[in-house]
Amino acid sequence: MANSDANIRLIETLGSDLRPVRRLAAPGWRALLWLAVVAAVAVAMVFYGDAGEMIRRFAMAPDLSLSFVGSALTAIAAAIAAFELGLPDRKPIWALLPLPPAVLWFGASGIGCFRSWLVPHTTLVSVGDAMDCWTFIVGMSLPLSAVLIVMLRRGYALQPVLTAAIGGLACAAAAATLLNFVHPFDASAIDLLFHSLAVGMVAFVIAMIGGRILRKR
Amino acid sequence: MAMSRIDELAPTHERDRRWGLWMAAAQSGDRAAYETLLRECIPFIKTVARKQGVQPDSIDDVVQETLLTVHQARQTYDPSRSFPAWLRTIAQRRAIDGLRSHGRKGAREVHEPDAYENYTDPSGNPELHANRVDESGELGRAVATLPSGQREAVEQLALSERSLDEAAQATGRTTGALKVNLHRALRNLRARMGARN
Repeated sequence: MANSDANIRLIETLGSDLRPVRRLAAPGWRALLWLAVVAAVAVAMVFYGDAGEMIRRFAMAPDLSLSFVGSALTAIAAAIAAFELGLPDRKPIWALLPLPPAVLWFGASGIGCFRSWLVPHTTLVSVGDAMDCWTFIVGMSLPLSAVLIVMLRRGYALQPVLTAAIGGLACAAAAATLLNFVHPFDASAIDLLFHSLAVGMVAFVIAMIGGRILRKR
Repeated sequence: MAMSRIDELAPTHERDRRWGLWMAAAQSGDRAAYETLLRECIPFIKTVARKQGVQPDSIDDVVQETLLTVHQARQTYDPSRSFPAWLRTIAQRRAIDGLRSHGRKGAREVHEPDAYENYTDPSGNPELHANRVDESGELGRAVATLPSGQREAVEQLALSERSLDEAAQATGRTTGALKVNLHRALRNLRARMGARN
């Protein structure tokens, strides 16, 4: 009985604390808003980067364009999944949404590695250049993830670490997509390794830090 | 009893519609609708918790955690979707959290009802008690021999547990002077008590 009284007292307390709230927009719209921020960065990079060179590379090596499409689709799917997971009544299976485009992304990058071994006169990436790619992906992911976590905080993730990890994947995939604007190399094994390390690290760090930020108990 | 549990979770069009409307009203700040909704939800949450395997003595904890989550997450409810489904997912999650925390507590704590009764009270040891009385008398005498400013600082800040501002008001000294005097007093006391021991 005492416990039931405690429930009733809690309800009265919550009632006295009740303030009108603005209902959240649909997760798809919120994902679109975040992707618009990524698109704005992409437009700026088209102006300051060398988009013509990127298109020439894509024309000569179709696997590069496939990898570009794969990373862009991964960013889109992961952003949608993160915003869906940021609502309490969504199933964790949403976390699998970015899996197919991620397979395309890394699969196409892997094919690129084989091509660079088979085709002579390919401009390969050095370890120093691969480190620059790593720095770009990690550095670009930071502001994108800050925006994403602030937006996700308006929701209520029942599985905050998973939500933040998928959000981190969205940021890393978006950063890897943007990297294509300033990446004058063909894919290579070392390049793929550094990209994978950067994506994994970003997803892990955002899962740890973002998971704590999204935990609201 | 089993029938009532099944009935509680079974979707009924009228109840789902009513709960959805109340939650939408709560989002607009309608306290009466909100409190009525939460009260009606309690049996539903208890049924979900029981189905998850929560022990009867922990059911109310799950209810309260769920109500708190509903309050914090109320902006995420979409009136075009089912409110009971939204609530069920939250209650299931909080029930799982409750089970995990119960499991952790069980692994960390040992149930030993005789331990308290068999615990020896140190004050029951006459020798220890006599030593303590002796030490406190020694400390009192040591404080009494301190210069007046230092004694005042110890009495106000350490023994009466006043804040710096209160002590400053009571003594007419600055907070800085009180801090310096307390620091010197403690150093003196440590030296005197240490020398005697």
